[in-house]
Amino acid sequence: MWKWLHPYAKPETTYHLTGRLIPWFSYLSIILLTIGLVWALLFSPADYQQGDSFRIFYIHVPSATLSMGIYVGMAIAALCSIVWQLKLADASAAAMAPIGAVFTFISLVTGAAWGKPMWGTWWIWDARLTSQLILLFLFLGVIALHNAFEDKVMAGKAAGILTLVGVINIPIIKYSVEWWNTLHQGATVSKMGKPSMTLDMLWPFIFSYMGFIFLIVVITCIRFRTEILARNGMRQWVRDLAVKGES
Amino acid sequence: MNPRRKKRLTIVASILIGLGVVAGLVLYALSQNIDLFYKPSEIYNGKDDSGVKPVNGQRLRIGGLVVPGSVNRDENSLKISFKLADMRMPIAFDENDPMITVKYDGILPDLFREGQGIVANGILVDGKFIEASEVLAKHDENYMPKELEGDGKQHYSAPVEN
Repeated sequence: MWKWLHPYAKPETTYHLTGRLIPWFSYLSIILLTIGLVWALLFSPADYQQGDSFRIFYIHVPSATLSMGIYVGMAIAALCSIVWQLKLADASAAAMAPIGAVFTFISLVTGAAWGKPMWGTWWIWDARLTSQLILLFLFLGVIALHNAFEDKVMAGKAAGILTLVGVINIPIIKYSVEWWNTLHQGATVSKMGKPSMTLDMLWPFIFSYMGFIFLIVVITCIRFRTEILARNGMRQWVRDLAVKGES
Repeated sequence: MNPRRKKRLTIVASILIGLGVVAGLVLYALSQNIDLFYKPSEIYNGKDDSGVKPVNGQRLRIGGLVVPGSVNRDENSLKISFKLADMRMPIAFDENDPMITVKYDGILPDLFREGQGIVANGILVDGKFIEASEVLAKHDENYMPKELEGDGKQHYSAPVEN
């Protein structure tokens, strides 16, 4: 059943496959982000209560939900790395951690910039904001562990365990606004039934959201390739690459 | 699956389940502390899940909807007082709802208006007043263009004054 996947466990095959995919994903990401953000920031209607400040939604929500998405992806990779000891899974987990940290940070900063004019405060220790801050610390911890050991296998194991333990935080972030009283509002797009925004606001959101997804895929591929090269520096095919240059 | 992988998978799964249970119990035990605010009805009756009642002089946060017609502004200063009622969907007010009066002296957030969700931080006085030192606006997850405003704005009616 998984036979077709086996060639991709070989670093060389995966390195060349991701190399071919990067341009396509980049074009998709650029097109979707341009359409989505121009539509969102210039043409979509302003909110009835918040006016133009609401437009930060189109960056805040994708970065916040995708930071959780990256964490889940990293956790799946960590699980594969620990149970099946796939070296590439470990490399991909190491590639994703800094990207997740950056998107978590963006969500916190845009959230603060949105909170100041609307709520009246930059920060409040409510369940949603606090759990998202913990997510940032988890990402930073994973990055630190990946770099703390000379031996990449040891580092991957330690970081993988932290990643899996931290998975508990993901449902807490997601449901914090339902389980407890928070200042943060509930989910708009990802809730059961109809999203709580009109279609002329939802469509630009979908475009920019897809654009951010492909942006993350592209950056992950680039970092993944660097990670593969760094970990296979002694192999003949990497040496050949270094001599020939990228074909 | 070979036995070694199976063993590792079992170990990882059992550790995760164990930690999940621990985290669940901790959060359950802390749930009243994680709640950001009291609802007005909870100030009278105690927390919904634990029944803990706030005492006079306690510093707390209260969250509720500004009751239409209850906002009193002082002409010569920033002093303001307003009543808060429990949030509920769809927005509705009833004169018999438990209400808490909030007194505040300071700058309000732009979103402050009648029918708006508010979280105020302050000290409980006489069991029914809050002397607030901070007032924050809580907006909901619904966004719509200005043209549709009339659809959403007047879904509530002011309580009848006696």
